[in-house]
Amino acid sequence: MQTSASGGSRLRIVKRDSLPMWKAVGIRLLAVLLALLVDAILIYCIVNLNPVDVYKTMFSGAFGTTRRAWITARDTALLLCMSVGLAPAFKMRFWNTGAEGQILVGAICTAFCMINLADVLPTGLLLVVMALASIVGGGLWGLIPAVFKAKWDTNETLFTLMLNYVAIQLTSFCVACWENPYGSNTVGIINQNSQAGWFPALFGASYGLNILLAVLLTVGMFCYLRYTKQGYEIAVVGESRNTARYAGVSITKVYIRTMILSGAICGFSGFIAVAGSSHTVSTSTAGGRGFTAIIVAWLAKFNTFFMVVISLLLVFLEKGSSEIASQYNLNEYAAEMIEGIILFFILGSEFFLNYRLVRTGKEKEGK
Amino acid sequence: MAETPVIELQNVTKTFGYVVANSEVSMDIRQGEILAVLGENGSGKTTLMNMIAGIYFPDSGHIRVRGKEVSIASPRDAFDLGIGMIHQHFKLVDVFSAAENIMLGLDGGMLLDRKGVAAKIREICDKYGFEVDPDQKVYDMSVSQKQTLEIVKVLYRGVDILILDEPTAVLTPQETDNLFAVLRNMKADGKSVVIITHKLHEVMSVSDRVAVLRKGKYIGDVSTKDTNPQALTNMMVGRTVELNIERPDPVNPQPRLVVEHLSCTSPAGVQVLKDVSFTAYSGEILGVAGISGCGQKELLEAIAGLQPVTAGSSVRYFPEGQAEEQLVGCSPRKIKDMGVHLSFVPEDRLGMGLVGSMGIPDNMMLRSYSEGHSIFAGHKKPNQMAKEVVDELGVVTSSMNAPVRKMSGGNVQKVLVGREIALSPSVLMAAYAVRGLDINTSYTIYHLLNEEKRQGVSVIYVGEDLDVLLALCDRILVLCAGQINGILDGRTATKEQVGLLMTSLQEKEGD
Amino acid sequence: MSQLVSLLQAAITFGTVIMFGALGEVVTEKSGNLNLGTPGIMYLGGIAALAGAFFYESGVENPSAVVGVLIALVCCVAASALGGLIYAFLTVTLRANQNVTGLTLTIFGSGVANFFGGSMNKLAGGVGQISVATTSGGFRATLPLAKLGTAGSILFNHGFLVYTAIALAVVLHLMLGRTRVGLNLRTVGESPATADATGINVTRYKYTATCVGAVITGLGGMFYVMDYIKGTWANDGAIESLGWLALALVIFAAWKPLNTIWGAYLFGILYWLYYYISGLTRYSQELFKMLPYVVTIVVLVMTSMRKKRENLGPAALGQNYFREER
Repeated sequence: MQTSASGGSRLRIVKRDSLPMWKAVGIRLLAVLLALLVDAILIYCIVNLNPVDVYKTMFSGAFGTTRRAWITARDTALLLCMSVGLAPAFKMRFWNTGAEGQILVGAICTAFCMINLADVLPTGLLLVVMALASIVGGGLWGLIPAVFKAKWDTNETLFTLMLNYVAIQLTSFCVACWENPYGSNTVGIINQNSQAGWFPALFGASYGLNILLAVLLTVGMFCYLRYTKQGYEIAVVGESRNTARYAGVSITKVYIRTMILSGAICGFSGFIAVAGSSHTVSTSTAGGRGFTAIIVAWLAKFNTFFMVVISLLLVFLEKGSSEIASQYNLNEYAAEMIEGIILFFILGSEFFLNYRLVRTGKEKEGK
Repeated sequence: MAETPVIELQNVTKTFGYVVANSEVSMDIRQGEILAVLGENGSGKTTLMNMIAGIYFPDSGHIRVRGKEVSIASPRDAFDLGIGMIHQHFKLVDVFSAAENIMLGLDGGMLLDRKGVAAKIREICDKYGFEVDPDQKVYDMSVSQKQTLEIVKVLYRGVDILILDEPTAVLTPQETDNLFAVLRNMKADGKSVVIITHKLHEVMSVSDRVAVLRKGKYIGDVSTKDTNPQALTNMMVGRTVELNIERPDPVNPQPRLVVEHLSCTSPAGVQVLKDVSFTAYSGEILGVAGISGCGQKELLEAIAGLQPVTAGSSVRYFPEGQAEEQLVGCSPRKIKDMGVHLSFVPEDRLGMGLVGSMGIPDNMMLRSYSEGHSIFAGHKKPNQMAKEVVDELGVVTSSMNAPVRKMSGGNVQKVLVGREIALSPSVLMAAYAVRGLDINTSYTIYHLLNEEKRQGVSVIYVGEDLDVLLALCDRILVLCAGQINGILDGRTATKEQVGLLMTSLQEKEGD
Repeated sequence: MSQLVSLLQAAITFGTVIMFGALGEVVTEKSGNLNLGTPGIMYLGGIAALAGAFFYESGVENPSAVVGVLIALVCCVAASALGGLIYAFLTVTLRANQNVTGLTLTIFGSGVANFFGGSMNKLAGGVGQISVATTSGGFRATLPLAKLGTAGSILFNHGFLVYTAIALAVVLHLMLGRTRVGLNLRTVGESPATADATGINVTRYKYTATCVGAVITGLGGMFYVMDYIKGTWANDGAIESLGWLALALVIFAAWKPLNTIWGAYLFGILYWLYYYISGLTRYSQELFKMLPYVVTIVVLVMTSMRKKRENLGPAALGQNYFREER
């Protein structure tokens, strides 16, 4: 403390009042560009490839053919649904790090119905039952930590984190129970012949329904948070518990209700993942996307439309990198590395959105 | 020949933004005395002492310690000069033991010498009559034990000038007596003790000399034996200032809120409100005076349903031409749903009254968003309301939807008061409604309160500036240590009367 | 009997990985930084050690175990410290959110490790073909005491890192409880404002604790690669699940280094128990692996109900500290 004043001039951190939109976007773009540059240098150093070619390949990997573009869109939709599910919890300042588990529980509930009810129910009704099951499962998985948080202030970050692994083991358990064929340790494609409980093609596109659901959730959540009374309560509780009490909001009720909603949407994402894309279930149904969704939701500052952009960027990286992997005989984990670096830069750039540095003269020295 | 004072302040000035906390203060602290620094809330006592303790650095002026000019830039510098301060908010680490808290930040070898420290703690305790268990954890300690620990902590660092900021505010009378005994022991040991306070009977019982501050200025000092509480009060509050605040006569006052035997206990187990009974009438402004932390906050929050109260408390509401309602035991939402128009401007504007990250329209909804059966929160009415408040009260903001946190203090308060008034209240409670506001905004607020009064609203105004209370209020209720110490007529009461009631608890029968 | 011996051996080996992870995280969290990047850092430490040893052994004619171990160690320390540094820079200097930064670090670490691990597998000619036998042997060298009957084979049939972990736990226990540095560090995690006011350099403590913690965590990754899977690489996500177990262990041990010792072995036993209980089906085995997490949740809930302050973890955990303007 004594040294800070004696250095003559020093850098001081000052909170920004406000930032025009173009500047905020500019700072983020700059961060992504810088990250891509660092990635390029890294790629060049490691594998001696021309980074521009590499990025070109990435682009073709994500959007090169209609089919690839559809897969990219499908995966973006999935990541988006998960991030949208986290939005209300985060807005309430409730650290739901349990999306991964909520997705998986939703996925096994879906798969359970798919396997056991395929012969009983017609596909339309089956889909509805599957969706409801996933919502109930995910909601329950979100409810548990919320109850403990509300009653005993149990740390929700750690609680939801641990629940992920309970859910992962639960999934492994189900996979072992339902394995098909025997000894494969996978569930295999469920209802491969009858396609019962699979998403039907919509508007002629096999992933149309996935995208439609994601769009509905995104718009719906945006409206929920912005225009409904419950959304308003979430914002007040997130800002200050004291203000919430003053306004007559029941904090316990809001915690529990919001976490059921958050878990339910994540569970519903599990339904989309199983019924709408993989048609099987395993621990990689979530495959870390629950964690990625946390980052997406946080970076988007709870705005569901920003989530679209960020999800797309991350899925693009994933698809692009696996294309590089196959083209240049690398492996697909390059995607995670590149993604990590880009996220580091975006996270770091947040600082410059909120603060600026000023050089000050001698301070605290008096006159 | 006069002895050199241990500390001498010369023309010390400190400002925070536009607020002058201390202006050209010159005073001294002498060897082996107990000096009481006396002043109302906001008179700059704590700021002044914080500059000696290294928390703040003066804008200008000189500080001399034992005759030598010094620059005190941090609490460590102060310790090195033998100065230690006990703040109102203890700076202790909860999970640490007493000994660990004392060792914290001390220089020394790599290993902690727990035995040595414990021995030295015992030595200090024996010398001055403290009781500290070196191994007790802070979270197991009572408030008074924590305070003792803070004192031992500074004594351990070889401090011989000890400053205590309102040390008795959190203590029981018994604990206060113990503390004073210890302070006298320290004085006998040749140490200098400064206590910041506004309780006159304590000043009279423990100090040798009293220094009085008022509105950031040094008024003067007197020997305790040559003065009396009334004379000190006069020095503290000063002459009455004419403020020209209008005060219409109440028209047809009717009982609106009848409070009886209201008591409440803080989470720490201290009784903060004790058997408070009064009636607030329609069409009048009832002022609440008191030194800070005497139960004002709890009183308003208890009425608003935000503070749990002890059994036997009663708050009855008498609406015009309808049956009375009991408010005790109701949540804020329930009170609202009963049709009671109770508006409340809390002390903590951005932490309780408003949502800092939201714009004006969204803040307008805070108290009324739940109305109606739609799941959507209507934005039309709040927008309309926001426009009206901005236009009528002259709120300056870059845009309606800019976060209110980024607005100036005066504009924040206008938004808050504007909203509460727009709810057409029948009871309006306002805590420190003009704190930190400029003159013009303050007068706007007084005017608004008077308007409400004219419309038959029962206004309860908690304030700290006695001049304002005397000019604005019809009656003034004085709180002292959580009890009602008297209710005065605002038109006839004098500043000295109010000041005395604030600072010395009247003996009551049966106490 | 021999079943019990092999269960205990497995538990100790398994436990050592998460003990390193948990010890590193304890040091980090004591400074108030909740680093969810533990799995990522374990990945970084593991792959760096493996890469170092791999290139040393394939570049030298007669590799020596000692040199191999040293090279692996240096690489591991450097890589994991770098992981800690990234985290500290983002959260302390740039004030980024701790949870998000930690998760990103996990993605990054897993990406880097699996990318290089996969590439090395390819270089070596296939999964399981990476040969760092000498170095791995160095890590797994046991004392002659291992031959002393049952007790010997449980207690002494391990590489030196197993004992390093225990020693480290004891050292950290003493460091936190008995030294000035430990007291200061705990203050930073409990109440950074108090620490700042007493003249403790909060930023420096947070940086140092995070980087030192990362190095310790990274050792866990190295132990896994060199000892547990004997100097090979598999992209099976095992390190990640061990990393999360390490985070669980921190809570279970109530942030006390000594508790991590028995806690780690207990987790090891719980995790491998299914293997030694006869009559379990393959799917009920999976439920057994859930045990450490369930136990941790129970501990977490119980401590929050009992509100015993010592067991709740550092008060300022997860919050970044900014000195208030004055």
